Amino acid sequence: MGILSLTALELAKKIQDREISAVEAAKAAIAQAKAVEPKIHSYVTLDEEGAVQRAEEIQKKIEDGVLTGPLAGVPAAVKDNLCIEGQLTTCSSRILSNFRPIFTAQAVVNIQKSGAVILGKTNMDEFAMGSTTETSYFGPTRNPHNPEHVPGGSSGGSCAAVAAQECWYALGSDTGGSIRQPSAFCGVVGLKPTYGTVSRYGLIAYGSSLDQVGPVAKDVADCAAILETLASHDVKDSTSVKREDIRFTDALKADVKGLRIGIPKDYIGEGLDQEVRQALLDVAKLLWKKGAVVEEFDLSLVKYAIPAYYVIASAEASSNLERFDGVKYGYRAGDYEGLHNMYKKTRSEGFGPEVKRRIMLGSYVLSSGYYDAYYLKALRTKALIKQAFDRAFEKYDVILGPAAPSTAPKLGESLKDPLKMYLGDIYTVAVNLAGLPAMSVPAGKDSRGLPIGMQLIGNSFQEKTLIRAAYTFECETEKQFVTPAAGKGRE
Amino acid sequence: MNNMGKQYETVIGLEVHVELATKTKIFCGCSTAFGGAPNTHTCPVCTGQPGSLPVLNKQVVEYAMAIGLATNCEITRVSKFDRKNYFYPDNPQNYQISQLYLPIARNGYVEIESGGVPKKVRIHEMHMEEDAGKLIHDEWDDTTLVDYNRSGIPLVEIVSEPDMRSADEVISYLEKLRTIIQYLGASDCKLQEGSMRADVNLSVREAGSTQFGTRTEMKNLNSFKAIARAIDGERNRQIELLEAGKPVIQETRRWDDNKEHSYAMRSKEDAQDYRYFPEPDLVPIVISEEWIKEIKAKQPELRSEKLERYKREYDIPQYDAEIITDSRIIADIFESAAALCGKPKKVSNWLMVETLRLLKEHNMEPQDIRFSPGNLAKLVDLTEAGTINSSVAKEVFEKIFADNTDPERYVEENGLKTVNDEGALKSVIEKIIADNPQSVADYKGGKEKAIGFLVGQAMKAMKGKANPQMVSQMLKQAVTESDS
Repeated sequence: MGILSLTALELAKKIQDREISAVEAAKAAIAQAKAVEPKIHSYVTLDEEGAVQRAEEIQKKIEDGVLTGPLAGVPAAVKDNLCIEGQLTTCSSRILSNFRPIFTAQAVVNIQKSGAVILGKTNMDEFAMGSTTETSYFGPTRNPHNPEHVPGGSSGGSCAAVAAQECWYALGSDTGGSIRQPSAFCGVVGLKPTYGTVSRYGLIAYGSSLDQVGPVAKDVADCAAILETLASHDVKDSTSVKREDIRFTDALKADVKGLRIGIPKDYIGEGLDQEVRQALLDVAKLLWKKGAVVEEFDLSLVKYAIPAYYVIASAEASSNLERFDGVKYGYRAGDYEGLHNMYKKTRSEGFGPEVKRRIMLGSYVLSSGYYDAYYLKALRTKALIKQAFDRAFEKYDVILGPAAPSTAPKLGESLKDPLKMYLGDIYTVAVNLAGLPAMSVPAGKDSRGLPIGMQLIGNSFQEKTLIRAAYTFECETEKQFVTPAAGKGRE
Repeated sequence: MNNMGKQYETVIGLEVHVELATKTKIFCGCSTAFGGAPNTHTCPVCTGQPGSLPVLNKQVVEYAMAIGLATNCEITRVSKFDRKNYFYPDNPQNYQISQLYLPIARNGYVEIESGGVPKKVRIHEMHMEEDAGKLIHDEWDDTTLVDYNRSGIPLVEIVSEPDMRSADEVISYLEKLRTIIQYLGASDCKLQEGSMRADVNLSVREAGSTQFGTRTEMKNLNSFKAIARAIDGERNRQIELLEAGKPVIQETRRWDDNKEHSYAMRSKEDAQDYRYFPEPDLVPIVISEEWIKEIKAKQPELRSEKLERYKREYDIPQYDAEIITDSRIIADIFESAAALCGKPKKVSNWLMVETLRLLKEHNMEPQDIRFSPGNLAKLVDLTEAGTINSSVAKEVFEKIFADNTDPERYVEENGLKTVNDEGALKSVIEKIIADNPQSVADYKGGKEKAIGFLVGQAMKAMKGKANPQMVSQMLKQAVTESDS
């Protein structure tokens, strides 16, 4: 088996055992990226020279016995909304197309400390607004399983890079499903942690009360190990939570005996693709066979999650994106007359249509006279959704559902009808509103060969329960990350 | 002004911004020190870098609580920050983190006196917020530069009810607030430097009316005098409009104190929609009963308490106590120096007379005082022991005031000790009598004043170091004894 097919933990072990060097691994990933990038376009920036240099430094630390962690020396990619000092960090937007931060995001610092060799920055929907990675200023990313299809979004670049073996793992961010849905579409494992688990310091905000950074991995074990390095209490982020229970790899046990799994009726009813539905029921059956208790139940209020999410996320985004004004950093329009004209031209030219749509929506719901009717009502809905989940978790340990209504659509299909695209987030956004942890795990492929993802949702701080259920399932099935179509030929 | 027999009443409410005396900014660790080269007291947070997040400075909350408690406010148990959205380059995020929905304190009051009559001015609310940066326009190349050193300096805004009726009441309200806040150590409250800023909301109505008139908001008021002039100016402007049958327009006006005239800045119609919403990057501030108790316990003695104690404990007159307690800094010097030398009235005299005179002469504020209470106490000791006389003492005090000079050393090094040695004086006096026969004769002839001249001559000859009482006494004796 070639080096690219190893999981991150397997690779790290070989590096520790001096069978492979971090430099060889980095070079292999770069070679793979150069081969597949023309077709897939996972990266906005692939930092070849820097990566090899960092790999050399890390290899030395490994040889000196300074770096001994389970992920030391493993090449990784970072979504382009996470700041890295001195490195282009664009959010896949024209307005930040020349932006180099003066500090590094805490989540990135954490994986750097664990010995990650960062290869570059991955493509995304502009400012994480979109479900297909087609709204990127730098052009779309394509699905490694079938380049006619989208990889999902907004962390499409991170998921495609892992699926196409252009890195061993990646960081994504999830505001309304942006890790889970593209992980499902690309056949990789993605996890959105409980709100507050991973520092948001240095994550360029979309919807501050919903954003979480999380891992995109080849399998469940890698996912748990990466999450372990990512999670930390950070005094620089006031919403960061101090957690004691972050030894997530302890949960890698194939055992679901007595685990109570609930499937919301709304999640397997109307609007769900039949093949996805069947795959999900197969998962349920397998877990039941392994000793879990599986039931259907009513998770009310789900239909209100999408409007509440789009009101809250857009409202926060409209404010978060105000700082991009051409004054301090980033793109500034070439010629303008006076301050207001500079603002107007810079932002008109700097933002793409989806970002503008959400800024307008967000500004509207916050304007005086509409605040109560939209924003405040959405906040109340959010609280009710949280209560509905609280009730569900009195009865169940894990909620099982799809990550998306279908497998990956074709390029160009989604943006024609934004409202329909928003509705595609039906199974993921409620989790962000409630601040819960959830993960997406590959669950087979449809008749066209496109990956299907299942979603596991846990109660706050119960990532370990999710990891145990996912690991149990994974042990019973064939891992899916192995050599997707686009990656073939380099091995 | 009062035309056609109509009587008007002025209704005034104030919005007072106070810069808090924290060492670091409200949402980051940058220094709040005044001055500094542009953009040197900055970091990713206070320059609005993408990905940066605010972290609340606890000291800001504690100062705000202290001010709230000292102004009889209710402290909000669960307080929150909100974002106020508006585009301007001095505001790096294009939103200001402030408080709209759940401000830290509400429903307070302060007691003022106006024309000898006590009055309560109610406080509607007080909230915490961040200051903006400063724009510097370069006329030469017609560009505007921005300095974010001020960005993120903590402020509280104290909003009064429209309870004031005259410039006098406004000034006494502001003086009262200033004294309270300075005593708490929460701010130095310098109007000129902008660490205390007041916006005046003013309307007029016919006397006896219970309806409020349309109000205007006046900005750019940098001194108590400017505030008083602006209030008179705006009152007259509004009355003239009403007398002419024209409406007062609700608007924000900018006062130009040089021209003694205000200019419309923006009307209500141009008012921006700030799209306030809860700041998602900060968690609610939960204030427990214990925390409030802790702040109350730490609360320093306020002015009225101190004043009473001084009269009681130090036996100084009401007049002295009022002047000394007007500034906490002077009061602190008084207490320390009095404790060291044990002569409170003497210390109080130096503070009330010479210190205030020198402050005024140098256009300084009490917070600019550099001398230590120890040196003042030493000076009192030197004078009381008769080591130096009062005119030398004044000279020495000026040194102390200017450079915090040690008076003992200064007196020693400059040979300023009063000469109490009769032998040394005697020969000088003999010489003066010999040199000034006319004055001696005048004195003997009944001209009492002539002795003054002789004392002056003797003091001059002694280079001021003699004890003048002693000189006078010895002179009188010598003259009487001298043969005529």
